[in-house]
Amino acid sequence: MSSTTTVSSNELTQRLDPIVQRYQGKKGITIPLLADIQKEYGYVAEEAVTYVSRKMDISASEMFGVATFYAMFRLQPEGKYVIRICRGTACHVQGSASVAEEVARHLGIEEGETTEDGIFTLQHVACLGCCSLAPVMMVGDNVHGLLTPPKSIEILEDYRKKG
Amino acid sequence: MSQTIVKIGMGSCGIAAGARPVEAKLRTLLEGHPEIEIRKVGCIGLCFQEPLVEVEVDGKSTMYGHVTEESVEDIVKKHVLGGNRLDQALVLDSDGSGMENPRMDKQVRIVLRNCGIIDPEKIDEYIEREGYDALKKVVSSMTSEQVYTEVLDSGLRGRGGAGFPTGLKWKFANLSKGDEKYVVCNADEGDPGAFMDRSVLEGDPHAIIEGMAICGYAIGASHGIIYCRAEYPLAIKNLNIAIEQAKERGFLGEDIMGSGFSFDLKIKEGAGAFVCGEETALIASIEGKRGMPRPRPPFPAQSGVFGKPTNINNVETYANVAWIIRNGSKEFSKYGIGKSRGTKVFALAGKIAKGGLVEVPMGMPIREVIYDIGGGIPDDKEFKAVQMGGPSGGCIPKELLDTPVDYESINATGAIMGSGGMVVMDEDTCMIDVARFFLSFVQNESCGKCPFCRIGTKRMLEILDRITKGEGKESDIDLLLELCHQIKDGSLCGLGQTAPNPVLTTIKYFKDEYMAHIVDHRCPATVCPSLIHYIIDPEKCIGCTKCAKNCPVDAISGEIKKPHVIDDSICIRCGKCKVSCPVGAISVE
Ligand SMILES: Cc1cc2nc3c(=O)[nH]c(=O)nc-3n(C[C@H](O)[C@H](O)[C@H](O)COP(=O)(O)O)c2cc1C
Ligand code: SF4
Ligand code: SF4
Ligand code: SF4
Ligand code: FES
Repeated sequence: MSSTTTVSSNELTQRLDPIVQRYQGKKGITIPLLADIQKEYGYVAEEAVTYVSRKMDISASEMFGVATFYAMFRLQPEGKYVIRICRGTACHVQGSASVAEEVARHLGIEEGETTEDGIFTLQHVACLGCCSLAPVMMVGDNVHGLLTPPKSIEILEDYRKKG
Repeated sequence: MSQTIVKIGMGSCGIAAGARPVEAKLRTLLEGHPEIEIRKVGCIGLCFQEPLVEVEVDGKSTMYGHVTEESVEDIVKKHVLGGNRLDQALVLDSDGSGMENPRMDKQVRIVLRNCGIIDPEKIDEYIEREGYDALKKVVSSMTSEQVYTEVLDSGLRGRGGAGFPTGLKWKFANLSKGDEKYVVCNADEGDPGAFMDRSVLEGDPHAIIEGMAICGYAIGASHGIIYCRAEYPLAIKNLNIAIEQAKERGFLGEDIMGSGFSFDLKIKEGAGAFVCGEETALIASIEGKRGMPRPRPPFPAQSGVFGKPTNINNVETYANVAWIIRNGSKEFSKYGIGKSRGTKVFALAGKIAKGGLVEVPMGMPIREVIYDIGGGIPDDKEFKAVQMGGPSGGCIPKELLDTPVDYESINATGAIMGSGGMVVMDEDTCMIDVARFFLSFVQNESCGKCPFCRIGTKRMLEILDRITKGEGKESDIDLLLELCHQIKDGSLCGLGQTAPNPVLTTIKYFKDEYMAHIVDHRCPATVCPSLIHYIIDPEKCIGCTKCAKNCPVDAISGEIKKPHVIDDSICIRCGKCKVSCPVGAISVE
């Protein structure tokens, strides 16, 4: 994160003041506020949180507390495609562990990590609600079902080709 | 002129099965035919047959399954344009001759009344099927007390897990004093293996909106919040569209239908934490805090969202409400047995031939749901157990297959009804592995507040890990049981209190499998990696080298046309070699 700490305060103002204005004076907004920061930066950038917390009446520690509690927030930048491999019950009994293993081996990363070329981030999720097509994974907003280890690699390579 | 409608199932399960290219093809094929309507509908529940395309000509409908880009061309040319029904892949037919007709006929559709039938993006299609009639009836001719009494009389109980009488909950919230009150819909659907809420949210969002507005009227609330998990982007999209349309038509907002009753509705996206489905944690999350449960009382009915009286119900619970108001409590309570009235939606998944969503009257035996409706176990395998209630539930064994699906009977087995997920397991499923799976789930999802939940489940997980590695001791079973009771007693919320259930039921019904791991160092289902070995039968092996090429870790060696061997110390038990062998020379022990 150190490379981004050199941004000028001018840039912070430009990017974040519209977000601050949107939520100023409202209650219960920590989650959408963080979500907007994440939308703006691609992740919950530390200096953005510090800036926003100073402008609004929320402590930075409270904001980080929320950011680290929920799976939705990332404290690091993410790849172009987020792969969410379902590790729910139905997928588990249908062999999602071997799909997850094969994908990790193929991409050379562990769950939670991003490939060096910045294309894929690998995540495990609890259930995608498409259990009847188990095992299932989501790439971006698209759900792919009835996976086998080789089929999942094929699908990912198609995304890679698309760039 | 005859009217033709072509419907395509575009729930997220349909899309996952490949509905998008089929839809695109359909649109191209019908480009020159503006008189033919193409309708995108949600999931009808026959997930195992998706993608589904239904052709409706003058009210007579025929549904085709496993439709591909190629077969849709046939359907369009011969049936839609040519007027001749195709015989292959005929799933449902309004004259009753489709292969899934008997399965659909066994069901009673109250919650799923519109799913897979209407276009969720079009409010008019909802209204055509008596949508918003119940809300109209409520605001124009009923008192709040009459509304919650009707719901109470119907016998409807919460479908989110605990089964608390819905009408009673509404009554408490109504009697609670406050200038501002909230109606919350719990659409977090945290249980892995359950997907009924997703289907209703995607396929019939107005049913939830109408149910919530009626609840608002019954308890005196003017604000509604739907807390929906972020992993359901299509549900959120369809809900947003539906809310906008309901506002435009005056079913939401100020002074609904001139009655003086006002109700607004917002969506809050969940952020991916299982514990947020627990009501007090959900309230904290809505307020923008970490979703940590807090002790009750005060109950949400007294002090909920921002300290105001709040009523929280599950998606399926709300989906029942408009139907009850329209048809009356008596009609609803006709279905069911004992204290479980109405229907229940089940999500069938796992080792089942016909996975998908089904809605049956309460009290139907599990066997009937799994075999008659779900088509039984595929590949001639043996049924071993059905997991119900997710991480809070348990595994029901073969001997108890005749248990009726109602709250009390399911509880008596040690499982719970939960939200209605049924994950079927066959002889290839290891029950210790399943118990371990659920424990690692709750271990990950525990909010960490209670030491018993946080550390106790970790200890249990370590023990189960040991057992699956063949390093278990006989005393481990007693140790597990002791921990189960301590965690149940020492946890603040339902997550910790129920976390031991999968372990308790597997020990109760599958103790011999535990013993096989502990005493014989054997995994009967050949699942646990440390206890199994892949072996090549030199008699059968023809030396084709396929297995060696497929092995990701180069554990297989041998010369062409000579028997190959697996180096067990390198093998990671991925099973790839076994599937790639053309002569079935590889087995697992
Ligand atoms: C850890 C935990 C997770 C839960 N997750 C959900 C959920 O995802 N959806 C749901 O409707 N209820 C869930 N519940 C149950 C709710 O707390 C609550 O009982 C329910 O939403 C009430 O609605 P009902 O009366 O309509 O069932 C969960 C409970 C616990 C303890
Ligand atoms: S039981 Fe577990 S999840 Fe519930 S409050 Fe305690 S630690 Fe948190
Ligand atoms: S199970 Fe997998 S790792 Fe083991 S020998 Fe076969 S292919 Fe190789
Ligand atoms: S794939 Fe089967 S037949 Fe071919 S070398 Fe391997 S074990 Fe022998
Ligand atoms: S368990 Fe994987 S989609 Fe539900």
